[in-house]
Amino acid sequence: MQSFLKRKVLAVQDFVYLFAYSFRNLVSPPRYYADMLVQMDVIGVGSLPIVLLTGFFTGAVLALQSYRSLARFGEVALTGQVVALSVVLELGPVLTAIVVAGRNSSGIASEIGSMLVSEQIDALRAMGTDPQRKLVAPRFFATLLTLPLLTVLADFIALLGGYLIAFSTAHLSSKEYWVPAYQSLGPHDVVQGLLKPFVFAVIISLVGCYFGLRTTGGTEGVGRATTEAVVVAVVLIFVLDFFITRFLIGIGFA
Amino acid sequence: MMVPPAEEPFSKRDQMSTPAIEMRHVSLAFDEKPVIDDVSFQVPPGGTLILLGATGSGKSLLLKLILGLLKPDRGEILIEGQDIVPLPETALNAIRKRMGIVFQEGALFDSLPVYENVSYRLREDGERDEAKIEARVREVLGFVEMEHAIDKMPAELSGGMRRRVAIARAIASAPSIMLYDSPTAGLDPITAQTINVLIIKLRDLQGVTSVVVTHRLQDTVVLTNFVYSAERKALVPAFTDGGPRRRGPVLFQIMREGRVAFQGTQEELARAADPSLQRFVA
Repeated sequence: MQSFLKRKVLAVQDFVYLFAYSFRNLVSPPRYYADMLVQMDVIGVGSLPIVLLTGFFTGAVLALQSYRSLARFGEVALTGQVVALSVVLELGPVLTAIVVAGRNSSGIASEIGSMLVSEQIDALRAMGTDPQRKLVAPRFFATLLTLPLLTVLADFIALLGGYLIAFSTAHLSSKEYWVPAYQSLGPHDVVQGLLKPFVFAVIISLVGCYFGLRTTGGTEGVGRATTEAVVVAVVLIFVLDFFITRFLIGIGFA
Repeated sequence: MMVPPAEEPFSKRDQMSTPAIEMRHVSLAFDEKPVIDDVSFQVPPGGTLILLGATGSGKSLLLKLILGLLKPDRGEILIEGQDIVPLPETALNAIRKRMGIVFQEGALFDSLPVYENVSYRLREDGERDEAKIEARVREVLGFVEMEHAIDKMPAELSGGMRRRVAIARAIASAPSIMLYDSPTAGLDPITAQTINVLIIKLRDLQGVTSVVVTHRLQDTVVLTNFVYSAERKALVPAFTDGGPRRRGPVLFQIMREGRVAFQGTQEELARAADPSLQRFVA
């Protein structure tokens, strides 16, 4: 029991170190710009189709359900507002993060894990490269930059999906959907919706790197690291989402 | 087999010159389980240290300790006279420039083509002149006879080719110390021999200090009893009259559960009484 607790505390400590190093490595040379660009392509551009697809259907199903619920109270006109607030505050940031975590936390963990078990990380160090800078920092930076952008796009496509349902099923006019949707969003809502992706980006990239870097036990270990990375990243996203929201409400921001 | 004339005993050798690699009472434990236990040895410049022992006896760990990839719990590790144990990672990188390592499976970066793998360290050391980089890459790939594979990806290479590219990558920065972690493991005997020739060629033509971890007895025979003749461009038996001579001694160290079970020359090993060592005697 004691050693179990010790291991957990040490894991948290390692993760905090990884976080601190990653920040330091962004503000001090040497930086690996080429790797950053490659990772932005892999994580950002690579995730775009799946993020847009899930965003669209999220918005569509949300509009469908809200319309049916609101119809009971005769408040169909609120559909646009409900969709906009839910998407921008919660579903956009969280679902985008979940999709990207499923795709990239696993990808990062398996790539770094494979490099570790095939001694490529030792080879990097033997040739004078800090793996934190070469492998962790570019992934951290790329996720930090692209996840908020992906979230904005997902939000928009979700609103669009909601609109198609509102228009076709709820028979709301364009004006009846978009005007309340637009007006319901205050600056605070937008800030909250854009703050979350930055936190989630830290989780997605560093959880992937963390589990990749502590892979043990050969190729089987790589599989295990990959699974753990996705599970931990997804759980942390949900838990942190709650606490960020609670915190922002607590300080009277939301 | 041929018995070479006696070499000087291990202990009396090269006491005057600074050893290329020296360990003094080095110990390392993982989770309170000792994996390296009070290991001391010296390798003189141009010498060869052959590390033998069962899997898990700590041979590969010794290589990682020499490179500073692992820090020992106790003891000193001196590279060309400098203790690397207290050095921070940035200072270690300067020392590592003098060392090249060939990992067990080559450990080539599989996301990069051969050219980028071999030039990696040159770029990392700040070389920006692409013409210079290409010239050096072609030179070292020519040395290992792999110039034709310059644009290939590591996944397209066979095991022996990957090992040869790994040697090219390791020697790109002209190190004075080369570490080989089971360089011939899993290769057929003919391919393994080409790797041995490369190791000997580096040692005898460029005076590179070599540490070779191996499981194969044939390798130790070749590394001990042959030298590279620049004139004949081939291996010739060592100790022949008027033939080329080895620059440094070949020393054997047998590891058992993290401890040194034997240290000495081939001759001393052949005479060792311990029957458990006899399986390492050719």
